[in-house]
Amino acid sequence: MDNRSPYIVDAPSVSVIMFKVLLALIPGIALYVYAFGLGVIVNITLASLTVVLTESAILAIRKLPIKPFILDGSGLVTAWLLALSIPSIAPWWIIVLGTLLCIIFGKHVYGGLGYNLFNPAMVGYAILLISFPSIMTHWQIPTNLMENHVEWLDQIKIIMNSHLLSKETIDAMSSATPLDYIKTQLTLNQPLNIIQQNKIFGFLGGSGLELVNLGYLAGGLYLLKDKIISWHLPVSFLTTLFFTALIFNSFSPDTFASPLFHVMSGGSILCAFFIITDPVSAPTTPKGKIYFGVAIALLVFIIRIFGGYPEGIAFAVLFMNIFAPLIDSLTQPRIFGHK
Amino acid sequence: MQFNNIFKFNGGVHPEENKSLSTTLPIARLPIPKKLVLPLRQHVGHVAKLKVKVGDQVLKGQIIAEADGNISAAIHAPTSGKILKISEEIIPHPSGLPDFCITIESDLKDKWIEKKPIAWKKLDSAALIEMISSSGIVGLGGAVFPSHMKLKVNQNQSIETLVINAAECEPFITCDDMFMREKADEIIQGTLIAQSILHAKQCVIGIEDNKIEAYQALKKAAQKTSIEIKIVPTLYPSGDAKRLIYLLMGIEVPKEKRSVDLGIQVFNVATVAAIYRYLELGEPSISRIVTITGNVQNPQNYEVLFGTPLSELIKAAGGKSNKTQKFIMGGPMMGFDLPSIDVPVTKAMNCVIESSPELFPSPKPVMPCIRCARCADACPVNLQPQELYWFSKSSQLEKAKDYNLFDCIECGCCTYVCPSNIPLVQFYRYAKSEIIAQDKAKEAANTARERNESRLARIEREKKERAERHAQKALGAQEKISDDEKKSTIAAAVERVKQTQQENIKN
Repeated sequence: MDNRSPYIVDAPSVSVIMFKVLLALIPGIALYVYAFGLGVIVNITLASLTVVLTESAILAIRKLPIKPFILDGSGLVTAWLLALSIPSIAPWWIIVLGTLLCIIFGKHVYGGLGYNLFNPAMVGYAILLISFPSIMTHWQIPTNLMENHVEWLDQIKIIMNSHLLSKETIDAMSSATPLDYIKTQLTLNQPLNIIQQNKIFGFLGGSGLELVNLGYLAGGLYLLKDKIISWHLPVSFLTTLFFTALIFNSFSPDTFASPLFHVMSGGSILCAFFIITDPVSAPTTPKGKIYFGVAIALLVFIIRIFGGYPEGIAFAVLFMNIFAPLIDSLTQPRIFGHK
Repeated sequence: MQFNNIFKFNGGVHPEENKSLSTTLPIARLPIPKKLVLPLRQHVGHVAKLKVKVGDQVLKGQIIAEADGNISAAIHAPTSGKILKISEEIIPHPSGLPDFCITIESDLKDKWIEKKPIAWKKLDSAALIEMISSSGIVGLGGAVFPSHMKLKVNQNQSIETLVINAAECEPFITCDDMFMREKADEIIQGTLIAQSILHAKQCVIGIEDNKIEAYQALKKAAQKTSIEIKIVPTLYPSGDAKRLIYLLMGIEVPKEKRSVDLGIQVFNVATVAAIYRYLELGEPSISRIVTITGNVQNPQNYEVLFGTPLSELIKAAGGKSNKTQKFIMGGPMMGFDLPSIDVPVTKAMNCVIESSPELFPSPKPVMPCIRCARCADACPVNLQPQELYWFSKSSQLEKAKDYNLFDCIECGCCTYVCPSNIPLVQFYRYAKSEIIAQDKAKEAANTARERNESRLARIEREKKERAERHAQKALGAQEKISDDEKKSTIAAAVERVKQTQQENIKN
């Protein structure tokens, strides 16, 4: 006879955890729609449909039960994170292709849920960024900054078929991201305070984008409070990014943006609470999580300032994913009763 | 609640307590059953030695099996009657395997053997320990280790602190709680006896904050003593001895050491009370308090004679006695399914829960581990259950050992919090038993190899000896031959001389 105790359990299921993560993204998404229009919703919908179809097909091929692995919600989290990482006016096939890449090369080649070495969303994102740099760096500007008023339908048009719109309209809708803009302008020897007078900058980060980031922050704090994620990753990541930026900024404020700008720009907040917190590809020990967060923040800063890309989160995360198992084995906590 | 001087250990869980189910009624006494079945092994250590034969009449409290060596415990007749049979019977063990038991047919007279109270105040520790070694008292918290052995202290050790475990951290179980409420005086008396036997300088009782009534009863009983009663937060597994010691004293018992090595000894509340009853009243260990709870109609605590068929207890509590119903012995965190309702109540049986699908739903389908590390957060030993699971599942047993698998106390906290419904503890039990089996096999193989080597060496030696003997013999024979040759040569020479002489004479 088998001893099957404990007879009782009290744990949120994997589905509940994943759906809470999706729930935590809602404030950010709502503010995204408020500042940028409906494009992001189209991308999220496309990504969600793609993930469900692709994953069902893969599960069928792998002869695994489809229902529990679709309902676990992990695929949707990947899809939503990718949709939020790409420009909201990228053509439809970008998000579809990206989602396919995430699910196939980020997740199922390793064995599916629980077995992926890399963060699936970042795998797809990195391939897209390398393959389609122009599309991936043309971000929409907030609707209130557009010179000609743009119909919300135009966004959907541009996603579904960019040929339908004139080049002027597209140009009017898009620009470089603040991080990108600073990078290119600095090469022209412009001082930062002049650069940041551009309309795309807001009071903390990018105009509109900073609002979205505040939404992500609210969601992230909810995840912390609900113990879906532990504090180690977001805190170590954000404080390291902040203080590294602070050192550089106080050294030369004309060439290095403020620490708050670094924290509130690009994907910093999304990365801190939603991306590096993917439990499968991150270390599991408390100390390991701190090292992981610190290392990613340093890499992100290095890539932003010295690298060829304006934003370095995807590469930093993927690079550190490689070390997660090593970090784990080197940071085992002291066992009760051991020295 | 404010906890003074409490050292919190990491992890732990707080399942729904479900204790109030069985604390509404006082402890009841179960009637004497017609038949009692007493397993010879109800304790840790050597099986008790039979002292009766079939047909013998026995009196209540009479020894029917005595302790075999030091780590063993005697078994006494729980009531008067006749030895009906000595045979293999099913016992309350997760294996479901039968073991040797003495069956007594009770005469319902419940006639005591002459009770011999012991003037314990006048005896020294060694004498008392000697007395207690035939009391049949074992750890009643569930560990069932012979108590006299825990009172014995080596000469190079000394006990500084006596810890009395009143935590009772598992959900549903209330036998200690009710016992403390009703028999606090016996517990305090027993504690003082244990303290004086151990020469312990101080004594502290640890009790969870969900047993306020019991705490107050103990507090009142301990008024004029130096015993300290500390309230610890309700957090499973605070009743685990090493966890409790940490909670109370902030001392971690190091790996591969026992608390005694640090001058700390731990007893359960019911155990010290049993010691008191044995010395003061001369009553050996023949009964215990058992919680019967869960799906039964009247969850309650009963004082039950050892050997009483569980079915009697179930009947008394208004449980379903059909055989399809599952009963769990112990609590929901570490208990196990009983193989049958015909098993006897033993010294280890603190609680029986009538299970039902509503109470304990069958496990949900297992999902892959997402490495969320909730298990690591819940582990009171600071292990990394997600890594141990990975190693156990893939049979990387050496790795599992490296990650301190054997520090796992199988408390079940990791399984309790797993979002993927992985039965983690079962994997660890499997891995542990595999490693132990492999070590045994290795040892057996080593012994076999050594034996074979010595056999080969012996054969070789014998062969050599034989060869030497042969050589010796051959040499001896050769010497003989050469002797003969010499002799014949000499003889021939003599012959020749003789012939020559004769010829000379003739000439």
